[in-house]
Amino acid sequence: MVYPFFAALTLLTGIAYAVGQRRAVSVADGRLADLHSLPIYHALFTAIGVFVPMLAIFVIGTPLVSWMAHSAALAQFDPSVQADPLRSGVILRDVASISRGQFAGNASPELAQAAKDYAATLATGGWAVFLLAIAAGVAALAASFGVIKVPFRARKHVERFALIVLGACAVVAILTTVGIVFSVAFETYRFFFDPSLSGKPTIGSFLFGLEWNPQAAMRADQGTISTAYGFVPLLVGSLLITFIAICVAGPLGLFSAIYLAEYATPRVRSIAKPILEILAGIPTVVLGFFAALTVAPLIRGLGEAYGLNVASESALAAGLVMGMMIIPFISSLSDDVINAVPQSMRDGSYALGATKSETIRQVLLPAALPGIVSAFMLAISRAIGETMIVVMAAGLAANLTLNPLDAVTTITVQIKTILVGDQEFDSAKTLAAFALGFVLFFVTLMLNYIALRIVRKYREQYD
Amino acid sequence: METLKVDMTAAKRLEAERIAPVTSAGLPAKVVARDVNVYYGEKHALKSVNVDIPDRGVTAFIGPSGCGKSTFLRCINRMNDTISICRVTGKITIDNQDIYDPSLDVVQLRARVGMVFQKPNPFPKSIFDNVAYGPRIHGLAKSRTDLEEIVTASLEKAGLWNEVKDRLNDSGTGLSGGQQQRLCIARAIAVNPDVILMDEPCSALDPIATAKVETLIDELRGNYCIIIVTHSMQQAARVSQRTAFFHLGTLVEEGPTEKIFSAPSDPRTQDYITGRTG
Repeated sequence: MVYPFFAALTLLTGIAYAVGQRRAVSVADGRLADLHSLPIYHALFTAIGVFVPMLAIFVIGTPLVSWMAHSAALAQFDPSVQADPLRSGVILRDVASISRGQFAGNASPELAQAAKDYAATLATGGWAVFLLAIAAGVAALAASFGVIKVPFRARKHVERFALIVLGACAVVAILTTVGIVFSVAFETYRFFFDPSLSGKPTIGSFLFGLEWNPQAAMRADQGTISTAYGFVPLLVGSLLITFIAICVAGPLGLFSAIYLAEYATPRVRSIAKPILEILAGIPTVVLGFFAALTVAPLIRGLGEAYGLNVASESALAAGLVMGMMIIPFISSLSDDVINAVPQSMRDGSYALGATKSETIRQVLLPAALPGIVSAFMLAISRAIGETMIVVMAAGLAANLTLNPLDAVTTITVQIKTILVGDQEFDSAKTLAAFALGFVLFFVTLMLNYIALRIVRKYREQYD
Repeated sequence: METLKVDMTAAKRLEAERIAPVTSAGLPAKVVARDVNVYYGEKHALKSVNVDIPDRGVTAFIGPSGCGKSTFLRCINRMNDTISICRVTGKITIDNQDIYDPSLDVVQLRARVGMVFQKPNPFPKSIFDNVAYGPRIHGLAKSRTDLEEIVTASLEKAGLWNEVKDRLNDSGTGLSGGQQQRLCIARAIAVNPDVILMDEPCSALDPIATAKVETLIDELRGNYCIIIVTHSMQQAARVSQRTAFFHLGTLVEEGPTEKIFSAPSDPRTQDYITGRTG
């Protein structure tokens, strides 16, 4: 019933649009200027009037029918079966596959009867919903004939509908965010406070512990592998790699932004800027294997040439490539804010006999500084949340070190490691991922908040 | 003997004029333009302008929108260089020095020729740093005390000192429009220029702020060669001693302000000042 319904919905809405327009033109009787609203608003009003009730009937009716079909099928069995969600679930799956003709083996008479009832209810209910929706649509269309008059304020109703749709979209986006935050927060709470969970750390030992080893001993003969959920090595790893990335991307991004904004001719700019932005379009997984297969061996080789001991997965390799990843963020945003500094500032400085570089250093950069800082903040929060590059290039060993030539691990890598593969959702190990995610979320939230505050301050600058 | 004497005087006069050109009014000329043409791409924006601008006093450029007066003004400190499609031919000298000479450093030219813009454009820095900007980049102050003296003197000359002396560290952008424009004038004065160009300096200001800036211009005229572009003929009449009228890219006529406004020699000037064109 789904495809015919949507075909009917489209058709009736289209008809309603055309009818609404014709009707408005005909009630105006040649004097279109007398209409309160343009004919197109009457058309939209009629189309909305048909579309909304039809969709509402379908959205409410369809699950209702399927629920009724389920009860009809289960009615064949005794109440003890119906009360057991596991057994009734098995029966419903069988019933569904029989009605699709995919059931392998012999169905018991009870099951066959259930399948028959199920299919019958589904068919009847489906038709009922379908016909009801069409009836509602046609009724709305008929009603619109009486409603459309010369003074009818169709435009106001259409505007209100637009407001409701836009508001609903905003609400969905906000509720999604809130939902994610609460679900992560709830699992984090369980990780720390659920009494049924064994081996969980305290908040103190999580936040300040210096050792990370979520892999508990599975069997007694594995010896004494102690579980530890110390968060510090991961944070240090994340910050170390982010620091290296910013050291790479900060100067490169900022200086290329200055070049593009102030020195490049329009021709060079029109070529160079898209190329820089292509860098932002490279998937991080590609950058990740570039880091692991090209940059890391290169650094290792170079390090050996200088007699340094470099791990084959190093923070430096991951940081360098991550720096490349965030160059476009910094260069593009900084370029925009430097361009946004009014031309009158440049004129004022040049007119006082300042050279180009003096103007840039002493007028443009200070004026654009808040915007540049927020570009850096956004780049940092991108870098902290980045996963693919560090998964491939930084390693898994939770070493607490500041040496960029060592392997380190990051918050994101550990979340990925914990959750990849078959997991029981009640173990402390799995829930640790939520705690890590929550902390990561908190850190990036803070950075974004600071960036937004700075941007807001920047907006007031020239007014 | 008699003829020789005459020749001698003529030669002397020529010699004197080569060293120090004289304007039609007999004043020593500071800025001299000969056959200046400006093109914006294909557009011929300024056609063969010849003018001598005296060493002291205020010269006003008037004329309808798009007549080339601002374009000519921006030729005098080579601000047109920043526009890539702009091309200037002819010769402009300041104190007999060709400012379009390739060996001339435009930075030094602009240090001698200050400019004040239509819209006040203080830097988003403190009031002190705004005025100290020029002296700092040109190394005019040997010490902090020197710098403070320059800033104080410039703000005093610009008539702003009493209003801002207690808040030199506040942002220049926080001042009122008129104060901002006087701050921009102080900023220009601080590098000790000979010539100050003003491109409609009062068009973004209210009447009271305009009056203050006009008074300031009048006070400064004894010490600087001031060239002001203005849309307001009343303003030209109030502040200037000489006036040049531009029309459709040509300099129609130039002379003492009273003469331009009372007895212009060109009918186009007559039409403009009586409000028939423009």
